[in-house]
Amino acid sequence: MNHDDLIIAGKSYSSRLLVGTGKYKDFAETQAAIEASGAEIITIAIRRSNIGQNPNEPNLLDILPPSKYTLLPNTAGCYSADDAVRTLRLARELLDGHSLVKLEVLGDPQSLYPNVVETIAAAKILVKDGFQVMVYTSDDPIIAKQLEDIGCVAIMPLASLIGSGMGILNPWNLQLIMERVQVPVIVDAGVGTASDAAIAMELGCHGVLMNTAIAAAQKPVLMASAMKMAVDAGRSAYLAGRMPRKLYSASPSSPTAGVIASTRNN
Amino acid sequence: MIAISINGTVHQFDHPINVTALIEHMQLSNKRIALERNGEIVPRGQFNTQMLTDGDKLEVVVAVGGG
Repeated sequence: MNHDDLIIAGKSYSSRLLVGTGKYKDFAETQAAIEASGAEIITIAIRRSNIGQNPNEPNLLDILPPSKYTLLPNTAGCYSADDAVRTLRLARELLDGHSLVKLEVLGDPQSLYPNVVETIAAAKILVKDGFQVMVYTSDDPIIAKQLEDIGCVAIMPLASLIGSGMGILNPWNLQLIMERVQVPVIVDAGVGTASDAAIAMELGCHGVLMNTAIAAAQKPVLMASAMKMAVDAGRSAYLAGRMPRKLYSASPSSPTAGVIASTRNN
Repeated sequence: MIAISINGTVHQFDHPINVTALIEHMQLSNKRIALERNGEIVPRGQFNTQMLTDGDKLEVVVAVGGG
């Protein structure tokens, strides 16, 4: 175990970048991007099987085997606690009893903003049912604390809307959340480019989860590797401790003494 | 004749079948799937023993890419 591992529900991960597996042009690109990201935890969705269509079509689990990755089934597309709970029970059966899951209950299809009332209801049921719940939520610090109190193993506030690439719109709220909860805080959704991921990590977030920022880049595999470096750089900068911001009181980096004689009169 | 809803589409069967037979009918044998019957999970170990009945509503799911 590395001294700076990310620990979720008692398990250590050396990568602080978590990635989704949606929106890639094919499985080859999915596989290459995820490899380049260095992510160990990857999200998957649960969907109805297409009856009788292409029975020989490869399955996502064939290219991203649970033996190699920690698969994090999500409840994307669920708008009620009941649907989310049913989806994750199906996921647990599909993944042979795997209990680490990503809960998200959405409010409306335009914004995909989380419905925190339904999210809290689902979290209570899932925790009681033995799931280890990583929860996507708004950046409301009070809700975040409530979700931790229910027993969620990671709080995953949005940086901005899912798929928007708008970056971190409210760093202050993320800090309020981190001051209040003990479990890992992972920024989930809204990251657009590498600097957004670095900023999240510099703020002290324990990890970043993203999908579209990589999958919708012009070169997804290259962006995946950029994100890996950004998360590493941001984490190191956080651990290093940045200098204080100063508007004035300039402090030169070079010695003030021994400067050659000035030709200026004054 | 029994009617079973599978992923929202009603299928007719002229004799009672168990879950294993239904999965064969759907060409999903040996695929990684999970199955819910009327809102309750059917564990893989019960596929051979659970007989389906008229009006059952099944959801059959797989893992797909998602964020």
